[in-house]
This record gives sequence, C-alpha cells and structure tokens, in this order.
Amino acid sequence: MYKIIEARFLGENIKKFEIEAPKIAKRRKAGQFVIIRLDEHGERIPLTIADSNPETGTITLIVQGVGKTTQQLNMMESGDEIMDVVGPLGVPSHIEKFGTTVSVGGGVGTAIAYPTAVAMKEAGNYVITINGARSKDLVLLEDEMKSISDEAYVTTDDGSYGFHGFVTQKLQELIDQGKQIDFVLAIGPIPMMRAIAEVTRPYNIKTMVSLNPIMVDGTGMCGGCRVVVDGVSKFACVDGPEFDAHKVDFKNLMDRNKMYAKKEHESLEHFHEECRLEKKIKEIKE
Amino acid sequence: MQQLTAKERMKIPRHPMVEQDPLERSRNFLEVNQGYDVQLAKEEALRCLQCPKPSCVEGCPVNIQIKDFITLIAEEDYIGAVHKIKEDNALPAICGRVCPQEQQCEAACIVGKRGEPVAIGYLERFVADYERESGNIELPKIAPDTGKKIAIVGSGPAGLSCANDLRQLGHDVTVFEALHQLGGVLVYGIPEFRLPKDIVATEIDGLRKMGVKFETDAIIGRITTIDELMQEEGFDAVFLGVGAGLPWFMGIPGENLVGVYSANEFLTRVNLMKAYNFPNEDTPILDCQDKNIAVFGGGNTAMDAVRTSKRLGAKHAYIIYRRSEAEMPARVEEVKHAKEEGVEFLLLTSPLEFIGDEEEWLCSVKVQKMELGEPDASGRRRPVPIEGSEYEIELDIAIVAIGNGSNPLIPQTTPDIEVSKRGTIVVDDETMKTSKKGVFAGGDIVTGGATVILAMGAGRKAAAAIHDYVTNGNW
Ligand SMILES: Cc1cc2nc3c(=O)[nH]c(=O)nc-3n(C[C@H](O)[C@H](O)[C@H](O)COP(=O)(O)OP(=O)(O)OC[C@H]3O[C@@H](n4cnc5c(N)ncnc54)[C@H](O)[C@@H]3O)c2cc1C
Ligand code: SF4
Ligand code: FES
Repeated sequence: MYKIIEARFLGENIKKFEIEAPKIAKRRKAGQFVIIRLDEHGERIPLTIADSNPETGTITLIVQGVGKTTQQLNMMESGDEIMDVVGPLGVPSHIEKFGTTVSVGGGVGTAIAYPTAVAMKEAGNYVITINGARSKDLVLLEDEMKSISDEAYVTTDDGSYGFHGFVTQKLQELIDQGKQIDFVLAIGPIPMMRAIAEVTRPYNIKTMVSLNPIMVDGTGMCGGCRVVVDGVSKFACVDGPEFDAHKVDFKNLMDRNKMYAKKEHESLEHFHEECRLEKKIKEIKE
Repeated sequence: MQQLTAKERMKIPRHPMVEQDPLERSRNFLEVNQGYDVQLAKEEALRCLQCPKPSCVEGCPVNIQIKDFITLIAEEDYIGAVHKIKEDNALPAICGRVCPQEQQCEAACIVGKRGEPVAIGYLERFVADYERESGNIELPKIAPDTGKKIAIVGSGPAGLSCANDLRQLGHDVTVFEALHQLGGVLVYGIPEFRLPKDIVATEIDGLRKMGVKFETDAIIGRITTIDELMQEEGFDAVFLGVGAGLPWFMGIPGENLVGVYSANEFLTRVNLMKAYNFPNEDTPILDCQDKNIAVFGGGNTAMDAVRTSKRLGAKHAYIIYRRSEAEMPARVEEVKHAKEEGVEFLLLTSPLEFIGDEEEWLCSVKVQKMELGEPDASGRRRPVPIEGSEYEIELDIAIVAIGNGSNPLIPQTTPDIEVSKRGTIVVDDETMKTSKKGVFAGGDIVTGGATVILAMGAGRKAAAAIHDYVTNGNW
C-alpha cells in the first residue's frame, strides 16, 4: 500500500498527489514513470513522475481525470492508499548541455515537461519553456516554469491568457525570430507532439517526445506498449518512453490508443453507476 | 499391497483422466482435468512393474524417485508418496499438471514400450492434491538461523524452489517480484483451466509459513540494483530467476495493427488482470464473442491462448502453425484438449502479412501453405513455402505465440553480468554461478523459454551452490 500524503486540485479535473514511495523517490530520474493499480480490481496504468523528494520519500503525480482509473484516483484524498505503485520505469530523459533547449508542454504534459526542464537548466542550458493550455484556468505550473526558465511562454487556445494560439505557433515564431534552438522536448496530447515534430523537421532540430501507449506490466513482458519508431517496433516501457519525434509513427500510436475507446466508455458508465448507488445507499443510511 | 505378476500388471489398461465435457468446458475457466480418485490412483499404481533399474527416473529432468513413490501409492501411503516426490521436486501439484510427461518420464517408462506407459504425471498430481486437500501440508523442518541473507529475484518456479531450499537451510530469504502478484508464468501465463491459481497460492503460502519474505512491485534493476542489494542492503548472495519475458513478434507487415496481441499480453490481461470479468474488473480486452481469432505458434503458450479465446466466445479459433503436428512443441494433452474443444488447426501454414482498415484495425491475415523439407539445426524438418498457395483468412484478433527473448532489464543495469548473444545469462552448468561474484541465475533467463520442471531444477541446483558459497565463501 502506498499512502497519499497530499492531494489537491490544480485546475479543473487536474489533481496533484504526493505519494509515499521512498524507494522510488530515491532512484527516480526526470522522464521516468510509475505504473499504478488502485485496488484489487484495478487496471495497471502508467503515470509520469512529475517530481520526487528523496528526503520526504515522496513522489509527485499530476493526474487528469479522463478514464475510469484517473477519475477514481482524482476522487482520492490525503490519507487514502493506492494498492500498487511500481517504478521508476523507463529510460530517464537524456540530459546534456545542448545549448538552447525548448521544453514544450501541452495540457497535463506540462507537469511532465517540468522536471526535464529543471534538469536541462541544471546541465547549463539556456532553457525556454512553452506552456500550452486550452484556456487561462487550465494553465499548469506557471510559476514553477517561470522560476527555472530563461524565457517562459504561456499559450492559450482561446487567447484568454498569454500568447493566443497553439504551442506550435509560438515555437515557429521563435524559430522565425532567428533563435538558435538546439533541442526540443515536447510532451502532451499526440496531435500536439506530432505537430511539433513537423515544425522542427525542416530545420533539423533534434526533437524528442514522451509517448504514452497503453501498458500492462511495464517490464517488457507483454509488448502491448509497442510503438513504431523508424519502421521498427519498440517497447515504450523499456526502450522509451522518449523517442525521436521525427521517426515516430504517430498515426499508429493514435490508432492503437483508441483500441479500447468503447471499453473505456463502458467502464466509466459502470463506475458512475456504482458511484450513484453508493451515494444512494449513503443517503438512505443517513 | 496386491501381489500381481508382471504379465497381469501389463494387462491393466491405462486409466484415463477424468475430464470435464469438452463442449461444456470450452465455455468455462474451470480446470479441465478433474484428477484421479483414490481408487483410480491405486489401480493405476498397480500397472507399474517396479523395474529394478527404473528407466522412468532417467527420463525425469530432476530424477524423481518415481518407482518408489508409485510403490507407496500402491501401499496406500499417499502422504509418504508425496514426501518421496518432494525430496526431488518442490512443486508436485504444479508439475503433475504441466510437465510434458510424454517426452520425459512416461516416454522412458518400460510399460510404454508395448502399450501405454504408466500415468506417472496423473499419479504425481493425485498425491500432491491428496496432501493439499487433506488440509495439513507438513512444513519442512527449518535449520537454525544462519544469519545469511539471500535475495531471490523473480517468483516463478525457479525463484520459488530456490527460496524453498535456502530457507530450509536456515537462511534469511527475501523474494522480489516485479508484478503485483507472485508466481511468474504460473499465474500470468498458464490459465486457470490448466493450473488453478489456488494451487500456486497454496505453494506460496507454504513458503510464507516457513518464513520466506516476499516483496511485490519490486523491479530489481529499477527500484534497487543488484549491487545495492549486496552492498547496501546486506544480501550475501542473489539468485536471478527473472524468466524469459520480452515476447517475439514475427517481423511481418501489419504487426502493430489494433487487434494483434502477443500471447503474453492476451493471457496476462485474462489471467492476471481478469479481463474476462470486465467491467467488474477494470482491465479490458477486445471483444472475442463471435469473433475470428487466430493464434500463431504451436507451443503450450499458443494452446493456452487459443483455448482461452474459445472460452471468451470466439466463433472460429485457429491455430496457425508453419510445421506439422508432429513438430509442435506443445504437450500432447493440450493439443488433444484443444481439438476436442473445437479449435481449428491450420498446419503447414505461415503468415505473410496482417491486413487492416483505414483506422488500422485488423481485418485479415494473408497466409501461405508450406511443405516439409530437409531437417534443420533443431532436427525438425524445415518448412518450405509452396509457390502460389497464398490466401487470406478473415480475422478480428491475432495472437502471436512464437516464443520470448530475454528481458534486458537486469543486464542493462548490471553490466558485469555476462550474457549470451541471445541475451540469456551465462552460468556455470553445475553451480549456476554467473560472471558476477555472489550472483547466481537459473530458469528461463538462462535457458530461454523452457519448462517449469527445468526452472524448478535449476532453482534447486543454485540453492545448493548458494548455500556452499555463503557458508564456505568459495567462489
Ligand atoms: C502460456 C505459457 C504456458 C506454458 N506452459 C507450460 C507447460 O505446460 N509446461 C511447462 O513445463 N512449461 C510451460 N511454460 C514454460 C514455463 O512456464 C517456464 O519455463 C517457467 O515458468 C520458467 O520459470 P522461471 O522461474 O524461470 O520464470 P518465470 O515463471 O517467467 O518467472 C519470472 C518472474 O520474475 C519476475 N521478474 C522479471 N524481471 C524481474 C525483475 N527485474 N525484478 C523482479 N522480478 C522480475 C517476473 O515478473 C516473473 O514473475 C509455459 C509458459 C507460458 C508463457
Ligand atoms: S519405468 Fe514405468 S514400470 Fe518401470 S518403474 Fe518406472 S513407472 Fe514403473
Ligand atoms: S507494458 Fe508490457 S511490455 Fe511494455
């Protein structure tokens, strides 16, 4: 059992958790993830570790409630326990002094882009961050990003805050201004990562993306997490999760990630029905 | 004990296994084989000729004293019989169910030269079940504490049997397992209808009662390295029983279409994650009801996957295998059961390409007929394609079961452990020592995908060498 030490909403439907997992906290490096399972009926899902603190023995997860498991998780509070937390998994981000690096985070991906941006800064890079959200109230970690960036930009799709437009437009603008960019790491929804790859491709800027295929074990045993990179199948849990954006087959990833769409819907309905029943039982008891 | 002549014994026909009806069982996950009762076991035991030089023992990879345990059954000392087996095999209830007896002890049994061999596997299973169902499995004696700490990595048959022996010798043993559940392939791979999970749980429970400690969710290499185990956590020796893992794919076009699974994933979703009970269990699996499902391969894993798909409602459940039935590595009983349950075998057939729709959902597979040519390196006749024999089979789900490579996690994080070109860990055959001092290995990670009994045997061999090493310091 892994205890939740702190849980609080950062924005609509996005919650931040501090979870007690001392061994993972001690070893974890930027870019790695955990697999969690909430209870004995739970599925195993991967979540990137946003931060860790070896002193307090905790790791930070930032979770957007989309499917059944993430919605259930986001109903949990400090003091509650998660049955299984396994990690740290995956190959850590490749950190090096590139020169100027750009970290692009879209939506909850910002939380994942953050630790790598920190590490890039520590490695002596000139760090630019582009932090994208649909609208103002969905902007994550703005202050944190600012504090470690040499240049920090916020973009919103609806223009309610910062730059009006997509992260890709901001990145293109920087390139057009003649900025020498040596490295880009993009983390966010697949369409966003694919679009970033297309922005940097003509300029040959080394670009990495953190992929989020469906996983089961996270140890290389099932092959469910395979992604196509440069025409070859790779297991994201042991070979990734970060890959060369210019070589990833994004369409395949997108299609594979939709595999259980119908099932996920069914699972959510079932969960909401259970929640309703539970509420009713509570009401009757009271 | 009844006194019969050899001739009289030879006249008794082999007692068939009591099985669930094929149609019925192809729709449930309950164990297919129901086991012998006392009467059947006693009568089957009478078929044994009590050979002075029992060839069956030679046929057994761990040399179980087969003749002696069968004699004890004939004498109605069933508990004595199971104890006799346990001198050489720590997991008789499991091996009695999953060993390829027809290639091992039963292949060597003298009675089999003229008729059907003594049902050694069924008898092994019977006495182990007899003991378990009696409710009082006698725990082995544990030697006084030695103060030595041993780490076992992986809780499959290799790890469990190694833990068992080392604990009996008085060592402080901790088993680290990557998954949330203990048992390795025995729980995530082999389905309930062949090996009920209760049986594996009973074995693990026994080890717990003996004082073996277990840590799940612990991927060694990631959460702690082997060096840290030995230098910081005070372990005197480490045994690696991490299994094969890493499923192979065939390298043909379309292998990443939606609907193409590895057998490991398909079986893990159903067995470990209980996807058959979705949405009461959270883990989904693609709908199998009334679907066309093909499994590629001819081993036990392929049979398990195809029979599982049948139980999930498949309309057509195919085995597609590029050689003929004679070359199939699966246990003969599994092939027989699969056929009885309505699995369709497309032999001498090899896949060329998976074909999908615009959204990359699998629609069909293009296959080619084969014929058998000259024997290859493995001694099996090599399949050669027949020109112009290509055709397409409509498919909703394809499951690839052509074996596993070695998981790179340990070698990646412990570079001083020597691995072969295939990625298996290199050990000394006798002592299971790796190239790294204090570290031993056994099971599928050394042999590549093999059998439960070989993994079990390797775990025990390593235990003896580990005991010697931590006691005398010899390397
Ligand atoms: C579907 C299927 C059916 C089979 N049927 C038969 C059969 O009928 N008869 C037969 O004899 N054999 C059968 N086999 C083969 C047999 O199961 C294996 O040979 C045997 O289980 C190998 O045992 P092992 O202990 O080496 O490894 P495994 O059983 O694979 O166990 C290894 C364990 O180590 C864990 N692990 C891996 N890496 C780490 C790490 N870094 N840290 C911690 N833990 C780790 C894994 O999660 C796993 O639990 C079958 C195999 C499969 C897949
Ligand atoms: S070879 Fe067959 S008949 Fe002879 S002892 Fe073994 S089981 Fe009995
Ligand atoms: S999640 Fe199973 S191999 Fe990667």
